[in-house]
Amino acid sequence: MNAKSKTPIAWLQRNLFNTWYNSLWTIVCFALLSWIAYGVGNWAFNKAQWEVVTSNLPLFFVGRYPADQVWRLWLVLVIVVGTIATGILNRKRRFLFILIPVCVLSILWLIGGGFFLTTVGTNLWNGLLLTLLAASISIVLAFPIGILLALGRQSSLPILRGFCTIYVELVRGLPLIGILFMAQVMLPLVLPSQIQLDRVVRAIAGLVLFNAAYLAENVRGGLQSIPRGQVEAAKALGLNTSLSLLLIVLPQALRTSIPAIVGQFISLFKDTSLLSLFALVELTGITRSILAQPEYLGRYAEVYLFIGLIYWVFCYTMSQVSRKLERKSI
Amino acid sequence: MLIAENVHKWYGKFQVLRGVSLTVSPGEVVVIMGPSGSGKSTFIRTFNALEDYQQGRIIIDGTELSADLRNIDTIRQEVGMVFQQFNLFPHLTVLQNVTLAPTYVRKWSKAKAEEVALQLLERVGILEQAQKFPGQLSGGQQQRVAIARALAMQPKIMLFDEPTSALDPEMVREVLDVMRSLAESGMTMIVVTHEVGFAREVADRIILMDEGLLVESASPIEFFQHPKEERTRKFLSQIL
Amino acid sequence: MASFWRNTRFWRFAGQAISVVLIVAALGFLGNNLFGNLRQLGIQFGFNFLKSQAGFTIGDIPFAYKPSDSYNLALLVGLLNSLRVISVGIILATAIGVTAGIARLSDNWLLRKLAIVYVEGLRNAPLLLQLFFWYFAVFLGLPSPENAVSFGFISFSNRGIGLLGLQLSPEFSALLAGLTIYTGTFIAEIVRGGIQSVPRGQWEAARSLGLKPGLLMRLVIFPQALRAILPPLSNQYLNLAKNSSLAIAVGYPDLYAIASTTFNQTGRAVEVMILICATYLTICLVISLLMNVYNRSVQLVER
Repeated sequence: MNAKSKTPIAWLQRNLFNTWYNSLWTIVCFALLSWIAYGVGNWAFNKAQWEVVTSNLPLFFVGRYPADQVWRLWLVLVIVVGTIATGILNRKRRFLFILIPVCVLSILWLIGGGFFLTTVGTNLWNGLLLTLLAASISIVLAFPIGILLALGRQSSLPILRGFCTIYVELVRGLPLIGILFMAQVMLPLVLPSQIQLDRVVRAIAGLVLFNAAYLAENVRGGLQSIPRGQVEAAKALGLNTSLSLLLIVLPQALRTSIPAIVGQFISLFKDTSLLSLFALVELTGITRSILAQPEYLGRYAEVYLFIGLIYWVFCYTMSQVSRKLERKSI
Repeated sequence: MLIAENVHKWYGKFQVLRGVSLTVSPGEVVVIMGPSGSGKSTFIRTFNALEDYQQGRIIIDGTELSADLRNIDTIRQEVGMVFQQFNLFPHLTVLQNVTLAPTYVRKWSKAKAEEVALQLLERVGILEQAQKFPGQLSGGQQQRVAIARALAMQPKIMLFDEPTSALDPEMVREVLDVMRSLAESGMTMIVVTHEVGFAREVADRIILMDEGLLVESASPIEFFQHPKEERTRKFLSQIL
Repeated sequence: MASFWRNTRFWRFAGQAISVVLIVAALGFLGNNLFGNLRQLGIQFGFNFLKSQAGFTIGDIPFAYKPSDSYNLALLVGLLNSLRVISVGIILATAIGVTAGIARLSDNWLLRKLAIVYVEGLRNAPLLLQLFFWYFAVFLGLPSPENAVSFGFISFSNRGIGLLGLQLSPEFSALLAGLTIYTGTFIAEIVRGGIQSVPRGQWEAARSLGLKPGLLMRLVIFPQALRAILPPLSNQYLNLAKNSSLAIAVGYPDLYAIASTTFNQTGRAVEVMILICATYLTICLVISLLMNVYNRSVQLVER
């Protein structure tokens, strides 16, 4: 039990070679690591042809969006960053309720066109643009539905409660691919034949229906964590049911479920890759047309690693931010 | 039986033990008292390597406590410990809690371990509860099981780290009674406690620790009636 | 009597009635449209079409199936294929996850960092993409069976995995690799959390009894960690079962893939939909039931 010294050798001894089995582990790990590093390094620098990535960069990010209209997307990026920045910097969050819908509408207008702008059809919304758009729109639409479902499941009206429970449990028992299939195939059948929905819209509808059920569970977890005393205190102050829900219960419940909701958004972001199975050309789907170019046949590993990195950067950043939020709230 | 020489311990910059020495002979019962934060719990937890220390020596029954894992294993087999929070294993029955270490560490047969365990449970007065789970027992009963569990390893020394502090007042007695009879049977014991009555009656020697130092070491009569140190007098005036 | 609208019982009743009306109206609207649209398309609802000849070939077959067999049989092949990948996947993912979870808590720095890189690296990329990668970039990129990469009893080639004379197709291998390695990252985090949820006092008590690290883990810590691990673990098993439907991406003929082919050939949207829903719901229900039984057996007895 000597004093802890901080020399590198002492560090090695303490962390890697403190017992015989740890030394063994260190050697095994080191061998494995050098084997992988050699294989990957050799492939990345000698065998891989990164031209498939470098020459197709715009395709990955915006797909076939008309090149002369891309400035609109830059503008969208500015709006998004600006909104997030004001949201973080400004203490008064109340005006966000107005700001967010305005932003969403103007973003959709900028991307889609109409009203003085050239119309760009949804079939040209491709690549990362479509991935981000589908994920954000779905979460925004799924959120209110999820809250209503969660409240419905906690309601004292048995029929409402039963219906919400069945919906949530049914959806959570099905694979997303099945829900998306339903949205593509069944949605046109259950809506009046005059209404023709776009492929992208149907896909987003599927994502919304799916995520609403999971969000409902997250919010319900938050609702259940609120002590009974809170509702009783609110009632004792004379607040009626809807007011105590709106002013006392929901704000607290939503705050406690923020990490779970961020987690849900991360998996939604990854799940948008499934849209590629339904002929949508989002980030995963666009690889199909890139890999179909005759000069890049068989360059799977390069392309998949590159877009994997894009997904990873987004998801990892979000999960780190949510971890920070979680720590702050405790 | 136990020799601790000049033990120093730091938590980062903060020094918890500033050179404490103690020698305990076989069969002796030593009670350690002192205000909270005085380092007394930390001190006895160094005796079975639950806490490490940076300077000094600890020798238990001829084995020196060093970084050598084999020595730590040997010492832990010879030293039993009872915790403030009982720390029973909630997923095992009372009987299983007591037989666990003898079967897996001492490699006794199941039959022998159970026989010893049942004797010990009878000795601490919980025989009827042997098949229950810790969650079904009261605090006092749980602590008595914890004592039986430590005794099952047939240790040479027993350490008690505030064994009654987490108990409701009406349960303190049943635990102290068990400890008293254990002391009468000749067990070497080191007890950190605030129970003055127990210290007065059972201890061979009482030690006062304060701010990481051993302040006074005396027989119960001297300790309570003629304390030598000013700090001891101050401490006694606070608790008596 | 005059103020019945201020009576809570009246409002409860009214709320009930309103929710019934709204739900019935919504379902009626959708159902009415459905029947209208189906009539327009000239489709008669019914499952009789399942008895007609399927006519397509299937790559992976657990029993003798030929294209002249019925849709019923083809779907059964799909179901068995799904169950095969789910059951093997659950076992392997658990093994990988538990290993990585414990490695994350190791006192060996290198092992710990390796586990973190695995967990953080792979759980933040979509499973579908990983499946594509395993299938197109890894398995189809491997050498032919004559030059297979071999490690004793297991060998890898572009015809899949050879294991003690058993040959697994590249589709099955890629799906299994993707599912287990992806799900393993989540299980690792659950196992780590579960082990860390065991109070410090338990470690101390076990150490003070002289239990060595291996025994301490096996006898004291793991059984208790299991209580915290099982509920989220069964969620991961459900996710794995549901995610197995991504088999279609690598061309493995699981239930969803065959149902989807059936729909493409027959146009029977509603029936195929019902089949898919019923099967996956049943699979999920069976997994949760089994896990619940097991979960109950490890819960603590209190009072």
